[in-house]
Amino acid sequence: MAKFSKKSKTSQEIPTAALPDIIFMLLFFFMVTTVLRETDLLVEQKIPRATQLQKLEKKSLISYIYIGPPKKTEVYGTEPKIQVNDVLIEPRDILLFVEQERDKLSEAERDQITMSLKVDEESKMGILSDVQQQLREVNARKVLYSTLKDTEQVL
Amino acid sequence: MSKRKDRGGNQINASSMADIAFLLLIFFLVTTTIASDRGLTLLLPPKPDPNQPPPDITANERNIFKVLVNSNDQLLVEDEPLTDISAIRAMVKEFVLNNGRNPLSSDNPEKAIVSFKTDRGTSYEIYIAVLDELKGAYYEMYGERIGLTSDEYRALKESNPNEKELINSGKEGLPMNISIAEPSNFGGGAIGGSINTGGGR
Repeated sequence: MAKFSKKSKTSQEIPTAALPDIIFMLLFFFMVTTVLRETDLLVEQKIPRATQLQKLEKKSLISYIYIGPPKKTEVYGTEPKIQVNDVLIEPRDILLFVEQERDKLSEAERDQITMSLKVDEESKMGILSDVQQQLREVNARKVLYSTLKDTEQVL
Repeated sequence: MSKRKDRGGNQINASSMADIAFLLLIFFLVTTTIASDRGLTLLLPPKPDPNQPPPDITANERNIFKVLVNSNDQLLVEDEPLTDISAIRAMVKEFVLNNGRNPLSSDNPEKAIVSFKTDRGTSYEIYIAVLDELKGAYYEMYGERIGLTSDEYRALKESNPNEKELINSGKEGLPMNISIAEPSNFGGGAIGGSINTGGGR
């Protein structure tokens, strides 16, 4: 019995001296992986899921085009709209947008520009096809349909 | 007197360090969006040259695998209605690897073309689901040739010379001929020019 009472004298507290270190480690992880949002989304974005995804390696070559029904339906209506940067645009304005994005890249990389299309799954093919026609027109032919990872169904 | 003072103030009180770190951590947790540049890649065809007439579609009927989706998201695959999208993958593989055995199917993998046509009213969700199956079929075929699964094949990086060789040996003689036709307009008969995409990578 005496032995047990001796044992109970040892400190019952969990040592928390390493806690700040652990938290800092997590903090640095999130600081490194974080991408601060550059644009305010004006359109709904419910991205569809797919299984056959590919990852793009060079982030600087990517420009984003968002398509979806507007969030402010009382101002813009309910039909899907196209957003680039912070504004809603018409399909024909894509030409200008792509040229602007191209100018940001160096000479050698201009023809490698990739357009990432973030399209709401409720949208119809009509608007997407209009956008693609414009992209063909301006010769920005690399396209990425941004999707989320879907777990492969077991057949 | 002075000695006692020293003893008390020698250490910086670090017990609130964890709290500060937590606060920062939570800030980054909230603002973070894990980078998500992943998706289905596609190469659009070059814009049509007005001086050149559209190419004759002389490709043999048997070498075209037709997938149509109407504005009600109903599928028509090789002129048969289909409800189960996931069945397309096996059909495409069988079609491409036919090598002339079945007279109604493709001559050889190089000539085989998968034509995917939608309507302007087709939803994007179905478009992606079908495109996913079409690409999946090709990636599985590529993977099988070099003994990998489709996931492993897609994870290969072109920047690595060894892996690039694997990519090319998987693709050789089996081009990803997925042709996305211009969408029709509400079930109309207007047939847009078929546009051929060079496939993903």
